[in-house]
Amino acid sequence: MPVAAFPDLIPAIPEIYLAVSAMILLMLGVYSTGKQTVRTVSYLSTAALFFAIPLTVMVTDGRMVTFGGLFVTDSFAVYAKILVLVSAGAAIVMAQDYLERQDIARFEFPVLVVLASLGMLMMISANDLMSLYLGLELQSLALYVIASFQRDSIRSAEAGLKYFVLGALASGILLYGMSLIYGFAGTTNFDSLAEVFKAVNGTEPHLGVIVGIVFIIAGLAFKVSAVPFHMWTPDVYEGAPTPVTALFAVAPKIAAMALFARVLVGPFGDLAGEWQQIIIFISIASMALGAFAAINQNNIKRLMAYSSIGHMGYALIGLAAAGSAVSAEVRAAGIQGLLIYLAIYMFMNIGTFACILLMRRQGRMLEGIDDLAGLSKSNPVMAMVLAVFMFSMAGIPPLAGFFGKFYIFAAAIEADLFALAIIGVLASVVAAFYYLRIIKVMYFDSSEEEFDRPVSRDMKSILVITGVVVILFFIYPDPVLNGAELATSALFPQ
Amino acid sequence: MILQAIAFWVFASITVAAAVMVISAKNPVHSVLFLILAFFNAAGLFVLLGAEFLAMILIVVYVGAVAVLFLFVVMMLDINFAELRQGFLQYLPIGLLVGLVLLVELAVVVGGWVISTDATARATAKMPAVDQVPNTDALGQLIFTHYLYLFQGAGLVLLVAMIGAIVLTHRSRPGVRKQNISDQLARDPKETIEIRKVQSGSGI
Repeated sequence: MPVAAFPDLIPAIPEIYLAVSAMILLMLGVYSTGKQTVRTVSYLSTAALFFAIPLTVMVTDGRMVTFGGLFVTDSFAVYAKILVLVSAGAAIVMAQDYLERQDIARFEFPVLVVLASLGMLMMISANDLMSLYLGLELQSLALYVIASFQRDSIRSAEAGLKYFVLGALASGILLYGMSLIYGFAGTTNFDSLAEVFKAVNGTEPHLGVIVGIVFIIAGLAFKVSAVPFHMWTPDVYEGAPTPVTALFAVAPKIAAMALFARVLVGPFGDLAGEWQQIIIFISIASMALGAFAAINQNNIKRLMAYSSIGHMGYALIGLAAAGSAVSAEVRAAGIQGLLIYLAIYMFMNIGTFACILLMRRQGRMLEGIDDLAGLSKSNPVMAMVLAVFMFSMAGIPPLAGFFGKFYIFAAAIEADLFALAIIGVLASVVAAFYYLRIIKVMYFDSSEEEFDRPVSRDMKSILVITGVVVILFFIYPDPVLNGAELATSALFPQ
Repeated sequence: MILQAIAFWVFASITVAAAVMVISAKNPVHSVLFLILAFFNAAGLFVLLGAEFLAMILIVVYVGAVAVLFLFVVMMLDINFAELRQGFLQYLPIGLLVGLVLLVELAVVVGGWVISTDATARATAKMPAVDQVPNTDALGQLIFTHYLYLFQGAGLVLLVAMIGAIVLTHRSRPGVRKQNISDQLARDPKETIEIRKVQSGSGI
C-alpha cells in the first residue's frame, strides 16, 4: 500500500504550538503542587498566547492551504488571529487577581482560555465546513466551562448551562444548514463550493441551497449574538465571572465575525444577492435592540451585553456592504470597515472591562451603575479613563470609536445602503444616551465611598495601553488601517 | 445469490420486527434486549453490503457499550414506565396529525430537491476505490490521512470535555485517607516497631 504524503504542517504551526503548550501547561498544573502554581500557569499561558502572535505573522506567506484543503492561512487569518490572541491574553491577565479574590483561582482557567483561543484560530483558518464546525465546537465547549467557572454561584452555573443549551441548539442549526449545502453540492470545501455556486450564478440558486445558507447564517449569528439570536447574551454576561465576560465580549465575537466574513464572501460570494438582505435585517435589528434595551439597565455587565449586541449590529453593516453588487472595491471596503471596527471594538471593550473589574469595595465586587457615583472625586484617573472609553463607544470624535463607525458607514454609503447607514447613525445617537449616563453618574452624582486601592500593575498597564490606543488612534491609525487593507486583499484575490 | 437474498430478508425482517418491539414492549428491560437484537441484525445487513468494519463497530460500540449502558440506566433508575405511557391513546390522534403534516412537508421538499449535477463525483472524490481497498483500510485512509486535521481537532474537543467535567465537578475534600504506596514502602521498621525485652512472668 502506498504511504500517503505527510501533510504540510508549516501553515498550521501556530495552532500546533498552542495545542502543545496547552497540554504542557495542563501537565504542569496537574503535577506541580506549589502555592504559586496557578500564578505560574497563568503567566505562562499569557506568554504562550502572546508568543503565538509573531509565530502567526512569520509563518504566513501569502495564501497557504494544507491538510487537503481543510485549513487555510492568509493575511485575513493573520489579522483576525492577532486580535483574538491579544484579547485572550489580556483576559487571562485581567482574570488573575479577580479569581484569587473570589477564591476560584485554579490552573485550569488559563489552560481552558488557551484551548478556547486555539478553537478560535481554527475557526478563523477554516477552509471547509467541517473544520469550521470543529473549531467552533472546541471554542464553545471551553467557553461553556469557564462561564460556570465560579461553580458555587448559582448565577454562574446558570450562565454556563444557558450558554451550553442554546449553543448546542445553534450548533444543531448550523449543522443542518451545512448538511443541506453538502447535499446539494457534494462538497464541504470552501474553494469547491465557490466553484459550484459560480457555475450556478446567473440562474436562480435552488431552494435547498438558500435554506442551507439561511441556517448557516442563523448558527453564526448566534455566535456573534446578533438579534434575533441574542437572547442568551445578557444573562450569560451577567452571570459569568467578570473576566470571563470580558473574554466573551471580545475574542469569540471577533473570531465568529471573521468566520462569518470568510464564509459569506468566500464560498457564498456569488450568492450575495440571497444573503445580503438577511445580514441587513439582523444588522438593523441588533443596532435597534442594542440601543433601546440598554437604556433601562442598572447592571453594568448587562449594559455591556446590550452594548456588544449593538456593536455587532454596526459591524454587520460592513458585511452587508460586502454583499453589494456595485463593485469589487465596494465589497472590499465593507470587509475593511468590518476589520477596522473589530480592532477598535476590542481595545474599547478590554479597557471598559478592566474598569469594571476595578469596581470593588472592601473586597466585594460591584456591578451596579449607581456604584460609580462620585468616581470623579474619589478616583479621578479611573473616571477619566472610563469616560474616554464611554465617549469612544458612543462614537464621539476624535476617539477611536468614531473612526470605526466612520469607515463602516462610509462603506455602507458606497454600497448604496443609505437606509442602513441612516438607521445606524440614529441608533448610535440613541446608544450615546446610556454611555453618557455612565459619565453623568461618575461626574455629577454625589460620592458614596471610594473603590478599593491599590490598583495592580497589570491592570494599570492594560488601562494605559487601551486608553492610549483609543485616544491617539487618530494620530497614527496606519497599523490598523494597513493591516485591515492587507487582510481584505486576501479575501478578494485580483 | 439466492442465499444472499434469503439472508437479507431474514436480517431485514427481524430488524424491523425487533425495532417495533423496542417501542411496544411493556417492560423497558425487554425493550433494551430487543434493541440489541435489532443491532445484531443491522450488523448482518452491513456484512451483506460488504461493510464488515461498520458491522463490527456496530456490535462493539452499540451492543457492547451503549445498549449495556441503557440496560444499567433502565434497571437503576426507578422510573414508572406504565405511568409515562398513560394518555398514549389520548394524544395519539394529534401525534398522528403532526406526523402526517411533517411527512407531507418532507415529500414536498424531497420532490423539489435538486442536486448539483456532479455532486456525487465530488463527494466520492476522496474515497479510495472500493474494489481495490478493503473498507477498513479505506476508512482508515479517510480518517487518518485525508481528515487527519479533523481527527486531531476532535481529539482536542474531547480533551476539553474531559478537563471541563473535572473542573466543574471535582472537589478536593480534606480528611480523605488515600493509599500512598511510596509512603508505605518508605516506612522504616526502626521508627515504627519497638522491640523490648520482657521478663517472663511480668508485664510491660
